[in-house]
Amino acid sequence: MTDAAETPPARPGKPKKKLNRRELERRRMLLRSVGAGFAALAAGLVGFYPVLTRIFDRLRPPGAIPEDDFLAACIKCGQCVQVCPVKAIELADGDEGFGLGVPYINARAQACDFSCDAVQCVLACPTGALSHDISHKEDVKMGFARLARPEACLAMKGQGFKGLARGPDFEGLLRYAEIDRWVPQPVASHPYDLEICDLCVRECPIENAILLAPMSDDPADKRRMPVVHDACVGCGTCEMMCPAEPAAIVIDPAIVLES
Amino acid sequence: MRWFLHKLAMMFGAEPRKAGPEEETDAAREMKVFKKTKPEVEKRKALIADEHTHPVVRRKWRNRRWASIIIINGLFIVSFAWDVQLVEGSLSASRFLGFHMADPNAALQVFLAFREVVLNLVIGTVTVVALWWIVGGRAFCSWACPYHLLAEWAEAIHLWLHAKGWVKDHPFHRGLRLVLWVIFMLLAFLTGYTVFEYINPVGIVSRALIYGPTVAVIWVIFLLGIEIFFSRRFWCRYVCPIGLTYGITGAVAPVQVKYDLSKCLHEGECRKVCLVPHVLEITKMGYASDTTEFIGPDCTRCGLCIDVCPQDALSFTVRGLDKII
Repeated sequence: MTDAAETPPARPGKPKKKLNRRELERRRMLLRSVGAGFAALAAGLVGFYPVLTRIFDRLRPPGAIPEDDFLAACIKCGQCVQVCPVKAIELADGDEGFGLGVPYINARAQACDFSCDAVQCVLACPTGALSHDISHKEDVKMGFARLARPEACLAMKGQGFKGLARGPDFEGLLRYAEIDRWVPQPVASHPYDLEICDLCVRECPIENAILLAPMSDDPADKRRMPVVHDACVGCGTCEMMCPAEPAAIVIDPAIVLES
Repeated sequence: MRWFLHKLAMMFGAEPRKAGPEEETDAAREMKVFKKTKPEVEKRKALIADEHTHPVVRRKWRNRRWASIIIINGLFIVSFAWDVQLVEGSLSASRFLGFHMADPNAALQVFLAFREVVLNLVIGTVTVVALWWIVGGRAFCSWACPYHLLAEWAEAIHLWLHAKGWVKDHPFHRGLRLVLWVIFMLLAFLTGYTVFEYINPVGIVSRALIYGPTVAVIWVIFLLGIEIFFSRRFWCRYVCPIGLTYGITGAVAPVQVKYDLSKCLHEGECRKVCLVPHVLEITKMGYASDTTEFIGPDCTRCGLCIDVCPQDALSFTVRGLDKII
């Protein structure tokens, strides 16, 4: 203790108590404990940063309640991950702050194509973070599709599409009901030959969510524009299937639409 | 009753102490006096000398426990990897053969953050609390928690380095755990986020085992580093709120570790291996309150002390079973 020499003599009647080794050890231990407490607290509060700055605008699984409630209610168990037949749901990593262990869907890699029919992830959720009010795929509102890059859209250029939608190495799955109603098939196993590219409309699991509209009155004009309608649930199948790279059509997650 | 309350307070951070005159039974008092008589002291010395010539190394309970941790976590892994659907989910919440299970600590945070009582979670929590209450609350720590197993290995490295004189153990105040428990619960309620789950190594390890490794595992490695180089069993002893929640769960559990004063030679072997050595202070000469007594709420029922005790003064028992049979 260097300051012992500098401090003026202690007040009379209250001589400065010299700490013995044991008391010193205990004082150090208490200080260390306070430090450890603050450190643990600070480590926990780091989780605020990605959430408050909204670094990630994640597409949440079907039935997800509004983002803030969702993060509160989710117990991070991953039961939704386990029941998804196309393995569309992933759990976020530590860089997402309080989103750690919370499920999201990367639609471009693997969209939720409702291969399960009855929204299995919602049924699996033990906390209601995926709202149990939903029982049909049409009730879902995960986000909304948007033609983000019209210049890349083959249909808008009047072009067809021949070959594999996402190339031979793409690992994504999709329900091709005409091949097998129950087992989702690899997109890479299903070549297309289309006069006008309509993959987003053709493979959309929701009726009347997206339609191709002619771009002029001229019947010879083959150009078509994908128009998203209110029925769209934001499942991301169109984004996954779009052969343009990066996708011409993308999903705005509910968290983006909220703000 | 007062002695039990003291043990409860000890779980929340109070310092261990001797049983006072009004907490001591007559039999215990007599036995303590008897143990200090000259022939008894001589006998004890002879027994201790004999022990040193025939050291006993037992791993019975440790091996069973490690098997239990590996099997429980293995079931989670296998259920998902091979789609067996035995226990779906992870340690924070799951379905065991379709029945809801939920970690009471995680569920409590969700209730506070979400400000809604979710029926499935209530069912899951009650089931888990009831199951772990039977085997002793913190038995979860030593018989199921995957972080506990990693920490035990880290502890072995720490003790090896310690024996070489390369590291020093820095103890903390055990009250820290209660303070953090309250703070994290308050934070869940006030911020609406399950803040603790962000740094919860149990959840991180459990998910990493089941769903594949994550960057978050670095945090767990960091914690294990602290335990190896700075403070023995840092997380489990001084921080983990889950341990406290389970400790409260099993405060009056049927399964107990019983201490037998008459057999004890007061060598302190048990305290050396214990994760929570304050619960074994009763094995010090003159500290016990009765001739036989239960270790108490903070004990994780890991059985290390039972394995290590050369005199079998510590044993597993079920409260009240001897009265029934």
